[in-house]
Amino acid sequence: MVFERDGKRIPVLEDINLEVTDGEFICVVGPSGCGKSTLLNLMGGFLSPTSGSVTIAGEVVKGPDPRRILVFQERGVFPWLTVEGNIGFGLSRLSRVEREERIAHYVKLVRLEGFEHSYPSDLSGGMKQRLQVARALAVDPDILFLDEPFGALDSVTRLIMRSELLRIWQAERRTILFVTHDIDEAVQLADRVVVLSSRPAKIQDILQIDIAHPRNISSSRYLELRDDLLNKIGVAFTL
Amino acid sequence: MIFIAALVSAWQIAASLHPAELLPGPVSVARGILDLLQHGLLLKYVVASLFRVTWGFLLAASLAIPLGLTIGWYRRAEMAINPLVQIFRPISPLAWIPIAILWFGVGDLAAISLIFVGCFFPLLLTAMSAVHTVPEVYLNVGRNFGLSTRQFVYRVLYPAVAPQLIVGARITVGIAWLVVVAAEMIAVNSGLGFLIVDARNAGNRYDLVVAGMLIIGAIGLLLDLGMRSLERVKSVRWSYSGE
Repeated sequence: MVFERDGKRIPVLEDINLEVTDGEFICVVGPSGCGKSTLLNLMGGFLSPTSGSVTIAGEVVKGPDPRRILVFQERGVFPWLTVEGNIGFGLSRLSRVEREERIAHYVKLVRLEGFEHSYPSDLSGGMKQRLQVARALAVDPDILFLDEPFGALDSVTRLIMRSELLRIWQAERRTILFVTHDIDEAVQLADRVVVLSSRPAKIQDILQIDIAHPRNISSSRYLELRDDLLNKIGVAFTL
Repeated sequence: MIFIAALVSAWQIAASLHPAELLPGPVSVARGILDLLQHGLLLKYVVASLFRVTWGFLLAASLAIPLGLTIGWYRRAEMAINPLVQIFRPISPLAWIPIAILWFGVGDLAAISLIFVGCFFPLLLTAMSAVHTVPEVYLNVGRNFGLSTRQFVYRVLYPAVAPQLIVGARITVGIAWLVVVAAEMIAVNSGLGFLIVDARNAGNRYDLVVAGMLIIGAIGLLLDLGMRSLERVKSVRWSYSGE
């Protein structure tokens, strides 16, 4: 993938080959500005690759599609719609009854009961992100792309959101590609962690996280993997 | 309230100290308003003015807003049309009075067309710039959920620009109210603007002139309050900065 800015060609991603299995939870980490989000936007169909292609279930990705929903870091929910309206946004093709059932199901799944008629301005940051995930899941997508979805939240909320996401993922098995710059987040969530190098990004390494959920974040295996990942990104152990 | 009462009394005292009739006092103005009410003129004129403002504004809004959104969406169209808009925009709507009378004669149509011109360009520019400020995230979400163009416009684009359109519309209604008074002084034989000119011409009834001014001010205030109440509707009571 090459970007052109002011007549200059900036290679962002080079030689990326990644196979993702159905139902897998993949985290993508890498130095900031390396092209993690670009990769996600390519896979989501929001950008077209300058060379190569993205293939999902044997089909080349040509544009955005409701079968794969991108969840954004901020401002992803529509401020002019209530919680119900946001979750039902992609459901206009369903009958009224079906739509209401679907909305009720996802309100419950992301624990927003009692806020059905609230507007996003009355929700906390964490609730807004849960709402965004609910809206994405409501259209029954095959793949969820999450672009640093908890990056703008405080650290405690971020921890809670991680376990919520895991719970949701275990309840409704979907393929998840999750971009983050948070090492702990990657080791806590992913089946595999893809490490990108700095720009132009290549896949530097792919790390298998072989710990079953729920993960004990002070177990020796966890710390080992975490250190391994830190090492691969090239961050020192001591500050 | 006390402050206003004090001002009105000061006005009365000042008016009585200058019997040369530089400005009629509040008592004679109030009498003038009563006079107009008794003759049924006040209601008739207010309705006539509001009728023109409503039609001129609605016509302008129904054309300028879709057009402005379209132009704003296509950057190239904007680059082509913007110079033209910038030339027409600074022309006071009042400068169109001769042409309005030439085309539509003396009557409602001429006044409405003037209000239309006065509202069209502010609304067009509001809509054009509103499109640019819509965060890309909303557009991407709209694309992601597989909406048709029509659905995209009604379910993403319009709601996303609505708060700015309402602010623009509020300012524009204010302009329309300014223009209607001026237009009625020349282009028609009824309305609050006509009342002011007519009161002066027909025997220097300055009490009626001031009465007309006060009523124009009061209705302008009510119009603004009405538009402001639109801003409090929940689904548009958000702003990009407030997130």
